[in-house]
Amino acid sequence: MDWAIRTRNLRKIYSSAPPAAAGQKGPFPAGQRDKGTKPQGAGDSKPQITALDGIDLEVAPGHIFGLLGPNGAGKSTTVGILTTRVRPTSGSAWVDGHDVWRDQTAAKRQIGVVAQRPNLDFSLTAREILLFHGAYFGLSSHERTQRASALLDRFKLTDRADQLVRGFSGGMMQRISIARAMMHDPQVLFLDEPSAGLDPQTRLLLWEIVREYNQKGRTVLLTTHNMEEADALCQRLAIIDHGRIIASGTPAELKTSVPGGFLLRLRFTHHSAPLLERLGALPGVTEVRAAGDSSADLYAGRGGSLIPEIVNAAAAFGVEISDVHISEPSLENLFLHHTGRSLRE
Amino acid sequence: MNGKAFLAMLARDAHVARRNLVPLLFQTFLQPLLFVFIFGRVMVSSGYMPAAYKSLLLPGIMAISMVFTGVWAVAMPLIGEFQFTREIEDRLLAPMDISWVAVEKVVFGLIQAVVAGLVVIPLAWIILRPGLELHLSNPFVFSFITLLVASFSACGGLALGCSVDQQHIGLMFSMVLTPMIFFGCTYYPWSALSNFPIVQKVVLINPLAYASEGLRATLVPQFPHLSTLLILAALTGFDVLLLIVGLRQFQKKAVS
Repeated sequence: MDWAIRTRNLRKIYSSAPPAAAGQKGPFPAGQRDKGTKPQGAGDSKPQITALDGIDLEVAPGHIFGLLGPNGAGKSTTVGILTTRVRPTSGSAWVDGHDVWRDQTAAKRQIGVVAQRPNLDFSLTAREILLFHGAYFGLSSHERTQRASALLDRFKLTDRADQLVRGFSGGMMQRISIARAMMHDPQVLFLDEPSAGLDPQTRLLLWEIVREYNQKGRTVLLTTHNMEEADALCQRLAIIDHGRIIASGTPAELKTSVPGGFLLRLRFTHHSAPLLERLGALPGVTEVRAAGDSSADLYAGRGGSLIPEIVNAAAAFGVEISDVHISEPSLENLFLHHTGRSLRE
Repeated sequence: MNGKAFLAMLARDAHVARRNLVPLLFQTFLQPLLFVFIFGRVMVSSGYMPAAYKSLLLPGIMAISMVFTGVWAVAMPLIGEFQFTREIEDRLLAPMDISWVAVEKVVFGLIQAVVAGLVVIPLAWIILRPGLELHLSNPFVFSFITLLVASFSACGGLALGCSVDQQHIGLMFSMVLTPMIFFGCTYYPWSALSNFPIVQKVVLINPLAYASEGLRATLVPQFPHLSTLLILAALTGFDVLLLIVGLRQFQKKAVS
């Protein structure tokens, strides 16, 4: 099968803080510092940060594929490598059959990229940004003008089209960035955290436009740490954490892979091993995990109906429950199940 | 190489330059204008400088004007565009090798430097007449040297712009450009340094010295100057060196 996007054992080790281009926030946000083995340049004192640790991805043409993970998981670095902006330490990446690092120009022709942070040309107006982008990709003058007008209209930017983007709000900049990425009608569209900072209305507009674009047979890869977005848009997902893919599949498959489906996060005055053991034996409970001294995560096939039994069990051990949070089967639970951490942490 | 994308980027730069025309004109012309007026007119007419100084000074002002413009025109946008806003990203994603994005910047800076250099001549002609003695004996060599000077300015701008961070721009001007200008045989011919033999040797590592001497050799050959052959060889060498260094720095900065 010809994959739209494929990577083989992609690794990226930064020997200093990942640059802004990789979309990382803060000075030392990403991945893991290598504490034990130093993969390269052993002996030099620069801190090495493993941003990607063997990523294998396969995205079929015409899919909307989501890379889901918390900040610093390696999503932006993966996108960076696939879009020629970050050189991998090892491994290979292909877009639309072109080796991204051997056949860069051909690969660049097939991709449209929306970076995590707006990187608009501040010396130009919104329309000029689209027109010049079209010119870089060799569109004829007629084609450029038409497409720019259509995109400005679609993204509801026509009334601001001839103003410098310098004065645009964050949401408007994001919209023009996405319009620019679509300007040359690329086969594969990369959206790095496309809806971060957008108001709900614009987010819906964005989703609509992404679906529309996908329906033309184009492939979309988006990164997000928003479960709702991943669930609403993506046909397939890969969950990424610490530079590794920890699960992948359709959103439904992934959700059903969580034992029980429901997650009950409990907080007690204190808890003990016998209590957790007792909770684990309750009917419908598939797994109990301690989370700190006074909290526990309980995976179960049912939610609210378990509460009286939990309260009783706790009371039997002389423990009071101070907080209960029930969540239905979701990608959030899945992430928590695989990593022991919440996506928002 | 992708001709269409390359030309589109040149068009983009020209468009932005047109939009910023007034500040650009001030930035290009004000400094040489003041130099020419104060040193060529005020100092000479008041008798502190001999009349011949007008002609001696002109090639130096031209060289300063070109180097300043070329470095500024390439380095400043690059420093800004690689900084926080990453404005250059869109061009790096255009379907051509990213080195051509750097070459485009150099070509555009080179054109600006040539304009900034050539415009000094009519400017000086208006302000300094009478007494300005230009002898353009070999227009071909003059054009060639002008091009070499402009491209060393633009390539220098590329190398500096990709090596300096935004917070060090001031340092770049005070530590690199200012000494370059004063030790660049701009206000005096190289031969005037004969009383300072060590300085006279050291300034030979300064490309601006060859630029000033080169323009002196072709515009006012009546004054002492370095040999044209040496000048051509040195300027070509600096052009190649700075372009290689600049492209390498650009690659480093563009791809993480």
